[in-house]
Amino acid sequence: MSKYHHAIVVGASSGIGRELTLLLAESGCKVAAVARRGDRLEELERAHPDLVFGVVHDVIAYDDVPALFVETTGRLGGLDLVVYCSGVMPEVGPSEFDFAKDRSMIEVNALGAVAWLNQAATRFQNTRSGTIVGVGSVAGERGRVGQPVYNASKAFLHAYLEALRNRLSKHGVTVTTIKPGPVQTEMTARLNLAGAMPAKDAARMILAKASLGRDCFLKPTHRLIFWIIRNFPTRLFRKLKV
Amino acid sequence: MDGPSNERIGRATGFGMVAQGDGYWYRPTSVEGIRDVFEAARRSGRKVVIRGSGRSYGDAALLPEGLILDFRRMNNILAWDPETGLLTAEAGVTLEQIWRHTLEDGWWPPVVSGTMFPTLGGALAMNIHGKNAYRKGTIGEHVTEIEVLTPSGRTLILQPDDDAFYEAISSAGLLGVITRATLQMKRVSSGDLRVLPLSCADWEEQFACMERFEGDADYMVGWVDAFAKGKSCGRGLFHAAWYLDEPAERPSSLRMDRQDLPDTILGFFPKSMVWRYLKKLNNRWGMRQINWAKYTASRLLGHGKPHPQSLVAFSFLLDYVPNWQRAYLPGGFIQYQSFVPKEHARRVFAEQFRMQQEARLESFLAVFKRHRPDRFLLSHGVDGYSLALDFKVTERNWPEVRRLAHRMNELVLEAGGRFYLAKDATLRPEDARAYLGDETLTRLRTRKAEWDPEGLLSSAQAERLGLV
Repeated sequence: MSKYHHAIVVGASSGIGRELTLLLAESGCKVAAVARRGDRLEELERAHPDLVFGVVHDVIAYDDVPALFVETTGRLGGLDLVVYCSGVMPEVGPSEFDFAKDRSMIEVNALGAVAWLNQAATRFQNTRSGTIVGVGSVAGERGRVGQPVYNASKAFLHAYLEALRNRLSKHGVTVTTIKPGPVQTEMTARLNLAGAMPAKDAARMILAKASLGRDCFLKPTHRLIFWIIRNFPTRLFRKLKV
Repeated sequence: MDGPSNERIGRATGFGMVAQGDGYWYRPTSVEGIRDVFEAARRSGRKVVIRGSGRSYGDAALLPEGLILDFRRMNNILAWDPETGLLTAEAGVTLEQIWRHTLEDGWWPPVVSGTMFPTLGGALAMNIHGKNAYRKGTIGEHVTEIEVLTPSGRTLILQPDDDAFYEAISSAGLLGVITRATLQMKRVSSGDLRVLPLSCADWEEQFACMERFEGDADYMVGWVDAFAKGKSCGRGLFHAAWYLDEPAERPSSLRMDRQDLPDTILGFFPKSMVWRYLKKLNNRWGMRQINWAKYTASRLLGHGKPHPQSLVAFSFLLDYVPNWQRAYLPGGFIQYQSFVPKEHARRVFAEQFRMQQEARLESFLAVFKRHRPDRFLLSHGVDGYSLALDFKVTERNWPEVRRLAHRMNELVLEAGGRFYLAKDATLRPEDARAYLGDETLTRLRTRKAEWDPEGLLSSAQAERLGLV
């Protein structure tokens, strides 16, 4: 049984967020499922009418977050876990530099996380408890040719979560950064990723690692591969197609 | 006043540290400020829980996601008359503030709990008793006037000739806010008591001591070793105490420095550290030894020999080791206290011990007292005895502890016994209904509908028990 009783999952309408919501509810945890698409949230509510309620919200509506956060914790009746897994990755061509696409990634993947997790950090700092989980990506480990701003947005998230962890650990708050590798989600569907992990498996691993309070890869092989990639000499790295 | 926001949130914990909940803290300094808190609750669609020093053991002074009306800044003593002994204070004053204010004039609170830290408001909300409960009843019986602010906005002055007086006091802060009270203090001519310790070999002797001294002693309390079985079941140490008469005009025993509890043991060992050492022994094996040692010492030392002890040292035994509750970390503890009519008490308490021993969940500290009934609404008083049992709680044993508590409840209810909201952490709605009775609950709800029609006042306990 999960030790979480009241959770907010931001980005709950599909992929990892959706699976996390279902897993948490199956363990008896009450979940506020936050996402833009209300019809998707209704499905989740129907699956667990007593435990899940949807909160329709676009994470780029930053100004709404403080009031919405307090209202949501009120409806939950408490809070011990916040997971931020909203993320977008529009298709970007190998020589394309499209500001609108890049901006959307920073707004959703980075600024939305700051808007929500700053609220969680304030609350947990004051209650001296709680767990914050941010879903980053192995893509944030290096700037690569395929997705400059997606890489940058995830690197931002990693550094921000590390700073939150360093600030909050003395207050008894756990901050965990998850760096999944390829996962089968709507976001990655067009990429035909080889060896991608089902979202349900990823969600299960994320819940198991949520209390660790450090950077977590989901597989030991990812840890090794991305250690090598991170330390790959930059002169050689630019010649690679990864 | 601003609405609930993340800047106000904080964790509220019961004294036993098992019950916890996060709420939005408001610390008003005036009755106007309290009205603003109700307004903030109304606007945000939330409820309000009243909290004093947070010395209730369970979940009476917390409410997850509610507004916490913290009384500790409303702590002024408004009037003190050393001729009549009448003291008027805001509800956030503590019993400690009160005795420190009055003792040098020769007055002591008529009823005190085993700790000096509760607020006056909390003491009245729970209608606390002390070791003189069989003679002096509850603290509410010594109050001449209270001021109550209802959530609907009315200010009422209530005296003992009003029915509402007996409802506002004892109703756990669910009807209205007691904002100030006038207390009739007790005249004392000495700061010391004459204390008589009597070692008791079993329940038989414990009850015999209570019966022998109930018409005479000013205070009585029994400590019981909950690990002792069979013929030794109920063994422990009984204390009776009497006020002393000192002929001197202003005896030095009334002075603060004579009352202050020392902060070291034997002059050098700092008491602030004691809970850390106690924690090492705070398990079934260690506590069995400590209970045995305490009982053995009671037989060998001081048995039957009266000695003087300061009012503070005798009354506030729980304050002797500061922060002792932390010895129960990380899981915390609960106190299970039941009040049983005198004709059934011996059987029920012996059976409660048997159940604990069978479940291997013996209470680490058991305290035995004599009581009398009173006319307050959510009264815990009976013409009988109470037994207070401290149980260590861990993540693993919590379901077992609750089961044990529920089994012990059945014994208490069958015997016509009662419970005490300041201590309760495990009652179920059916237990509360059974001991309070439908008539009492109807009276509670009728008054609630009048004073708090929007249902703004609540607590985690009230919701658990279905009181509101």
